[in-house]
Amino acid sequence: MKRRNTYPIELMINGEWKRTEVIAQETLLHILREKLGRTEVKEGCGKGDCGTCTVLLNGKAVNACLTLAIQAHRQSLVTLKGIGTLEKPHPLQESFVKHGAIQCGFCTSGMIVAAKALLDSNPHPTRQEIREAISGNLCRCTGYKKIVDAIEMAAEKLR
Amino acid sequence: MEYFAPATLSEALSLLKKWTGKARIVAGCTNTIPDMRSKAVKAEALIDVSHLRNLSFIKEEKKRIRIGALTTISGLTFSRTINKYVPILSEAARQFGNPLVRNRATIGGNLADASPAADTAVPLLVLEATVVTDREREKNRQIPIDRLFVGPNKTILKSDEMIKEVTFSKPDLGEKCAYAKLGLRNAMAISLVSVAVLLQIEGGECKKARIGLGAVAPKPIRAYRTEDMLIGEKITESLMRDCCQSVEREISPISDVRASAEYRRSMVSLLLRRLIQQIVSEGNR
Repeated sequence: MKRRNTYPIELMINGEWKRTEVIAQETLLHILREKLGRTEVKEGCGKGDCGTCTVLLNGKAVNACLTLAIQAHRQSLVTLKGIGTLEKPHPLQESFVKHGAIQCGFCTSGMIVAAKALLDSNPHPTRQEIREAISGNLCRCTGYKKIVDAIEMAAEKLR
Repeated sequence: MEYFAPATLSEALSLLKKWTGKARIVAGCTNTIPDMRSKAVKAEALIDVSHLRNLSFIKEEKKRIRIGALTTISGLTFSRTINKYVPILSEAARQFGNPLVRNRATIGGNLADASPAADTAVPLLVLEATVVTDREREKNRQIPIDRLFVGPNKTILKSDEMIKEVTFSKPDLGEKCAYAKLGLRNAMAISLVSVAVLLQIEGGECKKARIGLGAVAPKPIRAYRTEDMLIGEKITESLMRDCCQSVEREISPISDVRASAEYRRSMVSLLLRRLIQQIVSEGNR
């Protein structure tokens, strides 16, 4: 049997360099969860419809399920835990809790990463701009209003 | 499966030659990964051209605009040049997928994928864009965009050929454009119907007319016969009615999970009428 080709990669996750081996068609989402233990990155649809696997790749919000792991070689990656942790939450995370923007919580990881990308480039977003920025992230619980409220309030706090 | 990340265009072209018929060119991967999951792609190698940074550009020349194949859809939405000269292309880019996908998907990938609903193709058709490609032994082939597409996910590109850039003339001052996309929702919606119109109206008479249509035929198309009905005429209510009937005959929509053929037919003529009216009323202001 032909040996499967593997490729060594190194990537900076939340400021720390990590090394692993991947096969060509493996997705970034797969290695984050299965090889690097980053289970804060969620898997929903696995084909770019739901956005729950959103991460920052060189500062831009992307679907980890639509990115090849090997394409993150020598790139910088930020996941939810790189934005804030339980001990040191980011204002976005505090605001989500405060405004009831988390119900089942499955979309939250991706929502906060997408919101972070927005606030990094636009500290004064309108509600419409917030809705557009999270339009690749599906939430089936909240009806989005509370999520938009939470991002709006976090933006105010961060200014 | 093998993976290559060529650092130069010539390296990419020689890899394509070597693996001809067995490799898939990838960049943003937003189509390739779902295609691999559904086993629609059976490539033995992936040739990742995303490192060819010099194919990511938007250049304004005296009379033309040139867009590198690796320009992302986000790059189109944020470009001042595109916004200023071809707002229909910005508009199509803003309605493309969602912000996460737009950060990865490229204009070259959208064209090479050749979906009948390819969002960037519809405005590029009315701009009469030229697609510039390279192969190892044939450089700078210029393909008029209406000849690029052959059928669903099929182009005239050879398997060792790669899109390098897309160019088009800046519209003249008198040329007015409009674009509309109808999807089932706003974000991440595959077009049910998309329409782009370019008209040049002088002294009440239509001098130039171009109509691009997406998702209503096996490939993105121009409605040439309907365009001919407009040229040299005054745009009246009865002419618009004739054009709407004509455009419905020029298309061959299918029924699928998103919409029926009948619905697509009536939406094409509705959107065409609205866009023509929009351009005419802007001209009167």
